[in-house]
Amino acid sequence: MIRPDLLLKPTPKGLYCPPGDFYIDPVRGAVDRAVVTHGHADHARAGHEHVLATPETLAIMAARYGEGFAGSTQALEYGEAVEINGVTVWFSPAGHVLGSAQAVVEWKGLRMVCTGDYKRRRDPTCRAFEPVADTHVFISEATFGLPVFKHPDTDGEIAKLLDSVRMFPERTHLVGVYALGKAQRVIKLLREAGYHETLYIHGALEKLCQLYEDHGVALGPLESATLETSERGAQERFRGKIILGPPSAFHDKWGRRFPDPLPCFASGWMGVRQRAKQSGVELPLIISDHADWDELTDTVREVDPEELWITHGREDALVRWAELEGRKARPLRLVGYEEDNFE
Amino acid sequence: MQAFSDLLERLILTPSRNGKIALLAGYFRSQPSPARGWGLAVLTGELDIPGVKAGTIRKLAEDRVDPELFRLSYDYVGDLAETVSLIWPGQRGANRVPPIEDVVETLLGATRAQGERLVAGWLDMLEPKGRWALIKMVTGGLRIGVSARLTKLALAEMGGVEPGEIEEIWHGLEPPYESLFDWLDGTADKPAPDIAAPFRPVMLAHPLVTKDKRDTPDAIDPAMIDPDVFAAEWKYDGIRVQAVSENGTRRIYTRTGDDISHTFPDVLAGMDFEAAIDGELLIGAPNGEVAPFNELQQRLNRKTVTKKQMETRPAFIRAYDILVEGEEDLRPLPFRERRQRLEAFVDRVGSDRVDLSPLVPVTTLEALEDHRNAPPAPEIEGLMLKRWDSVYEAGRPTGPWWKWKRDPFLVDAVLLYAQRGHGRRSSFYSDFTFGVWRDGEEGLELTPVGKAYFGFTDEELKLLDKFVRENTIDRFGPVRAVTATEDHGLVLEVAFEGLNRSPRHKSGLAMRFPRINRIRWDKPAAEADRIETLQTLLPPDPIANP
Ligand SMILES: [Zn+2]
Ligand SMILES: [Zn+2]
Repeated sequence: MIRPDLLLKPTPKGLYCPPGDFYIDPVRGAVDRAVVTHGHADHARAGHEHVLATPETLAIMAARYGEGFAGSTQALEYGEAVEINGVTVWFSPAGHVLGSAQAVVEWKGLRMVCTGDYKRRRDPTCRAFEPVADTHVFISEATFGLPVFKHPDTDGEIAKLLDSVRMFPERTHLVGVYALGKAQRVIKLLREAGYHETLYIHGALEKLCQLYEDHGVALGPLESATLETSERGAQERFRGKIILGPPSAFHDKWGRRFPDPLPCFASGWMGVRQRAKQSGVELPLIISDHADWDELTDTVREVDPEELWITHGREDALVRWAELEGRKARPLRLVGYEEDNFE
Repeated sequence: MQAFSDLLERLILTPSRNGKIALLAGYFRSQPSPARGWGLAVLTGELDIPGVKAGTIRKLAEDRVDPELFRLSYDYVGDLAETVSLIWPGQRGANRVPPIEDVVETLLGATRAQGERLVAGWLDMLEPKGRWALIKMVTGGLRIGVSARLTKLALAEMGGVEPGEIEEIWHGLEPPYESLFDWLDGTADKPAPDIAAPFRPVMLAHPLVTKDKRDTPDAIDPAMIDPDVFAAEWKYDGIRVQAVSENGTRRIYTRTGDDISHTFPDVLAGMDFEAAIDGELLIGAPNGEVAPFNELQQRLNRKTVTKKQMETRPAFIRAYDILVEGEEDLRPLPFRERRQRLEAFVDRVGSDRVDLSPLVPVTTLEALEDHRNAPPAPEIEGLMLKRWDSVYEAGRPTGPWWKWKRDPFLVDAVLLYAQRGHGRRSSFYSDFTFGVWRDGEEGLELTPVGKAYFGFTDEELKLLDKFVRENTIDRFGPVRAVTATEDHGLVLEVAFEGLNRSPRHKSGLAMRFPRINRIRWDKPAAEADRIETLQTLLPPDPIANP
C-alpha cells in the first residue's frame, strides 16, 4: 500500500492532501480548497475559495461569518461521497457539535480518517460518533489526552447545577458555555432534567440557538439576558435564575450587573480544580464536547487502525500510551487549534 | 465521604468569607451525626490519624499507572493530591462510597502501615473528588482556606448562638461532638463540659488607619485619639496568650483558644495565682530585654521542650489585661479599673514569668506618631490604643481597641532569581529572590537578602514574568537567574516588618514578612541599597555566648 503521508501530511497551514489538493480544517490563511469538519472558529475559518462541509456546518459558518464566507461551497451529507482530483472524501458523524464530522479520505486502497473534534458521550443536540471500519490511519484529536481527564457522568453535572440553584435561590447562576455546541447541549440537558423555566442567554448565543432550533433541536423558553432598562432594581428579576453566556463575558461589566452572581463554567477543563479556581469559577461543571482519556483510548482500540496520528492537544501522553499498547503513533503537532477557548 | 468532599470542593472555590460560612453551616445542618462531627473534626484539625506521606501516595499511584503517564499528568495538573485523585484507575461502575464516619473511625484505630493499605482500598472505591478529600485528610493540612475560627463561626450561625459561646466550651468537647450538635439543633441544652481553667473568648483590635493617610470607611479622624479617652501600650511582637490558673489547673491558650500549655512548662511553673490574664508571650534575652520573634518561633510548634531550650530561651508573659481574679469576673469593668487591678495583681504575685506591659504616655498625636514609628526596641511592632472606658468584650468590636502598627521598612533591592509559583501561578515566575550591594573580594557584589512571592498585582506579575524570561542568564531546575549587574538589573522596592539575625543566610539576616511594594522599572540597579542600610536595623546580638 502507498505511504500514508503521500495522501495526507501536516503543513504549517494544516493537514494537506497533495493528490486531492485540499486542506482539512486549514488553520492559517485562505486556501483554494478546504474540507471543514465542524463549525468551531478555529477549524472553520472564513475566506477560503471553496469549502466542503456538512450542510449544518455550512449553515453555522454562514450564521457566523455571513453568506459570503467562501468563494463557493459544497454541502455533503453524512455517508455521501465526493471525488476531489481522484481522492474520495466522505463524512461520518463525530458527535462533537451539530454537523460535526470525521473526514474520511480514500485513495488507492488507503483509508485515512481525520476525526476533527469528537466525543463519545450522548449529546441530544447532534448525531452520535460513528466509528469507520477498516481505517488504516486514524487521525485523532487529543484535547484531553491525559489520564487525569476522565469526565464524570454528564447528568450528574447537570444535577449539580440544579442542586445549587435550589440551595442558593437568592443568587444568579451564570453558566459559562461556548456559544456553539456547549450552550445548546447544556440547555437541552437542563430541559431533559426537568428544568422548564425560562433560560436567559447572552447575545452571543442567540443566533446559534436559533440555528439549532431551525435544525429541529427544541430548546424551550429562552430570553435575552440583556437589560432593556437601566432602571435600578431591574436586574432583580434575574435572582435565582440561570443565565448562559460566553465565559469571557462574566468578568466584564455585563456579568457584574447580575445580583449576587455565582460563576459556573461548563467545560472539560473544570475537571482540574486549579483551572476552576484560576478562572474564578465557583461551581465547575465538567461537561465536555471532547473525548476524555477513556473515550480517546477506547476509540483507538475500537477503530484499531494500523497507525494513529494525533493532530492537536496533549499528544505526548497519547503517544506514550500507544507505545505501551504496541501501537504505531505519530504526533503531528499542528498549531492553530485553540482548544482552551473552544471547549 | 460524598457530602464532605463536595463541601471541600465548594469551599476551595468560594472566595467570599460569608459564602464559606454559608456552605459550612449548610453542611452541618444537612448532615446527620456523627458524619458531620467527624467532618468538623477534620476541618478543625482535631484528629490525630496516622499520617500517610505524600511520597507514599505517589508510589501507590505509580504502581497502578505508567510512571511516564503519571509524570506528564503531574506536570500538567501541578498538585499531587489532585493528580492522584484524577489518575487513579477506579473500578468503573460498582463503587460503594464509604461514609466519612467509617473512614475516620477506622483510621483512628489503625497503625501507620494499616493506614496505607486502607487508603489504597478507599481510593479504589471513591470518585475523584472523594479521593482528593481523602488524600488531603491523610497527608495532613487541608489548606482549603478555612480556619478553625471560621468553622466555629459557621457552627454559631447554624445554631443561632454567639461564637464566643462555642469557643468557651470547645475545649471540653470531643469529636464527633454529638452533644454540641444536639444543642445547636435545639434538641438538647448547651453542653456544660467540666473544664478546669477554661478559655475566655478574647477581645481583638482593628488596625487603625487615620483619615489623613487613606480616606476609607474604616479610617478614623486623628482628632479622635484623645489622651483622656485612650490609653496606649506597646504592641509586642510575640504571641497573644491567655494564661488561666484556677483550682490547681493551669493552662495557656492562644487567642483562638488552642491549648499550648505543654510547650511552655517554664511559664506554667510561674503561674502561682488564681486568675485569668491576657498578655503577650515573649522570650527573655540575657540582657533583660525581649528576644527577637524567631527565638520564640524556636519554641512554638513543638510537642516537647528540652531543658536547654528553656534555659537559653526562657519564656514569660507581658500582661496587659486581667479577666478573672479569684472568683470575680472583671470583664464587665472598664479598662481603667481592670488596669489598676492588673497592676496590683502583678505586683502582688511577683512571678518572674509575668510582668506588666507598660503604658505609653499619651500627650499629643504627634508624640504618639513618633513612638509608633520609632519604638524603643525592635521587637515592638507599634502601638495598641485602648479606650479607658472599654469593657472586655469577646470578638472584634469597632471602636474600643485599635492596633496601630509601625510603617513597614523599605529597601530597594535587585532581582536575582525567580522561581515558578504553585497552583494558579504555576505558569508564572512568581517567587522572587532579591539582593543588595556589598563589597566583595572582586568589588561590588549582590548578596541575597530575602524572597517575596506577593505584594504585586496580576498585571505586575505578568510583567515580572516577562522580565524574567527575557533576562534569564542561567537555570537550575525550576529556578532562573536573571541579569543583575550595576548597569542591568531590576530594582524592587521591598517592604518588610523587621530583620532577624540568621546564621543560615549568607547575608547574616532574615527579613520578616517581605513583600514587593513597588517595581522600580525607573531605577538603575547601581542605585539599589547596600547591606549596611539593613545592618543598622538588626537587633543587637541577643545570645552572644551560645
Ligand atoms: Zn471543536
Ligand atoms: Zn478543536
